[in-house]
Amino acid sequence: MQRRDFLSLSALGGGAVFASGLAGCASAPGGAVQDDFYFVQLSDVHWGFQGPPNPDASGTLRKAVAAVNALDKPPEFVVFTGDLTHTTDDPVERRRRLAEFKSIVADLKVKTVRFMPGEHDASLDRGAAYREFFGETHYTFDHKGVHFIAIDNVSDPGAKIGDEQLAWLHDDLAKRDQTAPVVVLTHRPLFDLAPQWDWATRDGAQAVALLMPFQNVTVFYGHIHQEHHQMTGHIAHHSAKSLIFALPAPNSQPQRTPLPWDPAQPYKGLGFREIDSERAGRSFVITELPVVRA
Amino acid sequence: MTAQRLARRRALRAGFAAAAGVAALRAPALAQPAASGPRVIQMVAHRFAYEPPVIALKAGERVVVEIRSLDFVHGMNIPALKMRFDLVPGRITKVELQPTQSGEIEFVCDNFCGDGHEQMHGKFVVSA
Repeated sequence: MQRRDFLSLSALGGGAVFASGLAGCASAPGGAVQDDFYFVQLSDVHWGFQGPPNPDASGTLRKAVAAVNALDKPPEFVVFTGDLTHTTDDPVERRRRLAEFKSIVADLKVKTVRFMPGEHDASLDRGAAYREFFGETHYTFDHKGVHFIAIDNVSDPGAKIGDEQLAWLHDDLAKRDQTAPVVVLTHRPLFDLAPQWDWATRDGAQAVALLMPFQNVTVFYGHIHQEHHQMTGHIAHHSAKSLIFALPAPNSQPQRTPLPWDPAQPYKGLGFREIDSERAGRSFVITELPVVRA
Repeated sequence: MTAQRLARRRALRAGFAAAAGVAALRAPALAQPAASGPRVIQMVAHRFAYEPPVIALKAGERVVVEIRSLDFVHGMNIPALKMRFDLVPGRITKVELQPTQSGEIEFVCDNFCGDGHEQMHGKFVVSA
């Protein structure tokens, strides 16, 4: 069994608990853990990107697909949280990239794969091409007692969810038991992580306000190409690594330029994650995994 | 309280006096201020830059930055001042500032405009 670090965040307790343990082992410090189900989050593939930050840009996604397929136990579903493709002004090229991406991830040996757009997929045509390949940009689904909500904060180039979608969110939540677990999947941070780097959602605070009455809310997102964890009140927000290049820590340098590729440590900073639901979705254990094992 | 008044109040707290407005393109693009009026600074926004990207200001000086976008509804977000604008092609967006202390104030395009959006930013550099 391979040793991994993992992060446990308790939504019920309203705080973050950092711990380490053995992934795949149904135990954690402090007591037994019920491994309800787990899913995999992949993000920020940027299919079509070419440049020095990733000399293996055309191979990294396939390696990630192989890594997911090699997991000891297949996840119950996989979610891609946006920027499936790298942006292009050419609508034909945009569709070609979306088609290639879709073809590659079809090799995932997982029954259910869910998708979301990022601004690179959707902002220049307000999601038109994306919807041709993957359907609606916001939706809900339920899995083993957990209510999942995919929020689109990228089809508007101004990084807005928009009044119509916020009304939809309000109506969806109005039907829910406020003690039931809710997981939000989105691309951009819903809070002002770093507005000077455009790492925010302009009306994200309205979505967070709608979610606030719910006791167990966890948000998984992408966009910033790195693992990051933050609380807004009792709501936990977790960003995922990218599968193309890593970005610097928020506001750690003047510009958000990609971190350089390190030939001595290829794929460093890239990866995907397992997300284990515990206590019926009231807390999650996140295990970060590399694209390629050392 | 209107959003603009709120932004102004926040800007004052941040060490700036600020105001903003949008004029039609018919307005004289190179209009000069009255002798006692603010200095007018012209700026152009296009994919994927502001020109000039760095604007030097002096503490206490009143300026109006007149911004024209050439090709896209770029954004201009000035997080430190809690102000943002849509820069609509065919219009001049006027941003009035009066810095009260030295420092740097960054701004960034917050309307995704294509491959290069992430590099579209600039700053005001305020000297004493």
